[in-house]
Amino acid sequence: MSEMLILNGRMVDPASGIDGPRDVLVRDGRIAAIEVPGGLASVANSLPVENQIDTTGMVVAPGLIDIHVHLREPGQTHKETIRTGTAAAAAGGFTTVVAMPNTTPVNDSVKSLRWMLDAARGPVVKLLAMPAATFGSLGLEITDFHELVKAGAVGFTDDGKPVLEDEVMRAALVAAAGLGVPVSQHAEDTRLTGGCSMNAGRVAFRLGLRGMPVEAEARIVERDLRLLREIERVERVRPHLHVQHVSTSRALHEIRRAKAEGLHVTCEATPHHFTLTDEAIGDYDTNAKMNPPLRAEADRHALIEGLLDGTVDCIATDHAPHASWEKEVEFERAANGITGLETALGLALRVLHREHGMELARVIALMSARPAEGIGLKDRGNLRVGSWADVVVFDAAAEWSFVVGESRSKSRNTPFDGAAMLGRVQATICEGRIVYRASGLS
Amino acid sequence: MTERAKRVATREAGAGLLSGTTADCSAYAAGSLLSVEHLSVADVAGILAMTARLERMDVAERARVLAGRTIALLFYESSTRTRTSFELAAKSLGATTTLVSDKSSSIEKGESLKDTGLTLRALGAEAIILRHPSSGAASLLARVTGLPVLNAGDGMHQHPSQALLDLRTILLRLGRDASTVDAKTLDGITVVITGDILHSRVARSDAMLLPRLGARVVLCGPAELLPESALGLGDGIEIERDFDRALAQADVVMMLRIQKERLAGFDLDLAEFIERYQLNAVRLAAAAAKTVVMPLILHPGPIIRGLEITGEVADGTQSAIEEQVGQGLAVRRALLVRALGVKA
Repeated sequence: MSEMLILNGRMVDPASGIDGPRDVLVRDGRIAAIEVPGGLASVANSLPVENQIDTTGMVVAPGLIDIHVHLREPGQTHKETIRTGTAAAAAGGFTTVVAMPNTTPVNDSVKSLRWMLDAARGPVVKLLAMPAATFGSLGLEITDFHELVKAGAVGFTDDGKPVLEDEVMRAALVAAAGLGVPVSQHAEDTRLTGGCSMNAGRVAFRLGLRGMPVEAEARIVERDLRLLREIERVERVRPHLHVQHVSTSRALHEIRRAKAEGLHVTCEATPHHFTLTDEAIGDYDTNAKMNPPLRAEADRHALIEGLLDGTVDCIATDHAPHASWEKEVEFERAANGITGLETALGLALRVLHREHGMELARVIALMSARPAEGIGLKDRGNLRVGSWADVVVFDAAAEWSFVVGESRSKSRNTPFDGAAMLGRVQATICEGRIVYRASGLS
Repeated sequence: MTERAKRVATREAGAGLLSGTTADCSAYAAGSLLSVEHLSVADVAGILAMTARLERMDVAERARVLAGRTIALLFYESSTRTRTSFELAAKSLGATTTLVSDKSSSIEKGESLKDTGLTLRALGAEAIILRHPSSGAASLLARVTGLPVLNAGDGMHQHPSQALLDLRTILLRLGRDASTVDAKTLDGITVVITGDILHSRVARSDAMLLPRLGARVVLCGPAELLPESALGLGDGIEIERDFDRALAQADVVMMLRIQKERLAGFDLDLAEFIERYQLNAVRLAAAAAKTVVMPLILHPGPIIRGLEITGEVADGTQSAIEEQVGQGLAVRRALLVRALGVKA
């Protein structure tokens, strides 16, 4: 039996509505007891001090959950491995991450899923995965959803590419509905974005780069919502569509309407899309290149509004590591994507909490309880007795600057090197084990 | 604030390139010319003064200015005017030049732009003149080599030496002092740029430089080749879709070739384009009937006779097309001297 006490902190657990001083007892990886300060004094007296964490002045919250990360293993381990990527996750306060399937080869079989989830990969935090929706993510034929869910799949996606064909997307939604998992769509009509490397608009014109129109995102979202309606009417099942990294006001508007209509649609927003605009590309900074691209200020504001009014269900990073030589090339040839696991909380607290007045508990919910709900996790994303002891301890008032040189990720591709952050992770606990600890915490 | 924090603050505030101030180019070696945005009006005046000084020198004196210096020309796209004029300019100043093109070099074997630049630097190149099909390539090369880089055209982005030679041609043909400029030099002058604006780095460079010297720039073309987002290039820019109306206001009209190689599958009705936007004698005469002055005619080349411009107009008395080529040689000499930090 192993025990740990997390003492004197301010517990913020959106799932149970608790925001106040609590002590937490962890036993064998699970939360065993939660008491007001002093309530666990007898345990504290019998437990060695090295098993007690003093979190005076800190927030104690459910470990963060990121349902959209690229860990690059197998096949692209020069960018990241499951071990390095999950170490970065731990440093960022995450205790669960969901790996995207665009590895080499694509994760589209039970065999590849089992390999990825095997403990031999050495994940530092809880690793889950969304396998490919179609074989090879080619968009032609859906994978074996039934067997993959049995093997642990928490959803399906061809992330990096959309499922373009109506009939294929319909088949994926129907199959997923029967299994109670989401189809996670990268909403980009690639017929409108050939040769494009950033958002369409004035900045793209000035830089002489071809721009992706906002319609490219909206059109796929509109098509998928139409499929949801048809399937509900004809098939009498209720599919769950999850729209990844929504970036435009147009697509958000469609999602808001569909939610009002009662369709089962959720969406995520990334910290970079609610923090930066396409102006961040500056003089062709490839660390500001990702897909979907950074958009205009009006889109950024719409995203923040959607986060505030609940249209956006969760924050996800789209952590996408790339080697320096894949970014130090002509802008149009540079790889899409940026790292994000270690900057997500600091940006969310700065932009949403401080600059836009979102309550701390809501920021935490968007990064824990809500994503857990989205992929059907019951015993993670909350601090209830009996749940896994996945906990993040952070100093909510700490102001600091991110230094990419200190990143745990194997890659360095971020536009946030030197950027101001609010709230610093002091410790991350996954299933009762301390997986990250800042220097200085006793 | 640390340098990095400043950089991030700038990025988050937006680049602010259009606020009328000169864009930050501190990341690049002095003497680089990547975009007209990096030039202050005083920089432009300095380049024009240097151009005039070099022109006045006798041939032998001029050949000593860059004697013993090494300049590399790195060309990933075909070019006649720009490449030849840079090369002749360098040679007339006494510099040693070497030409590397994407064909017949290790670029064909997959060598990156960065490694190509580092190789040229290791071989003693003190400045690199780059033409490249990707927008931003010149900035990348300047960053990774630390050398002064002269952008001889990067994708659809910028062609700053062309804007400077256009400026000098305009000044000379309007009978102005071509050895200096200030923010009012082109007050009252309307420059109409017509044709394939979308794909044109020349249009961007001219439209971003000339208004800062007082000119009014009118962009003209169909929506497919001239989106409204072009107005974001800066202040002093307008869009007029009707070429005849634009022409009636023009002191200078610059015609642009349709860049078939960059149309990317888009199917343009050439007959309709010619009907609406070709510069021909009839159209010119009609415009002239409404005003007192015949506009000066510019074209950065290559010209496609019978498409955007007719042969008779290109060869006519109002045309300064050949003169532009000559001014290219003159202006590029000054840019090379500036790049290598030589006093002349």
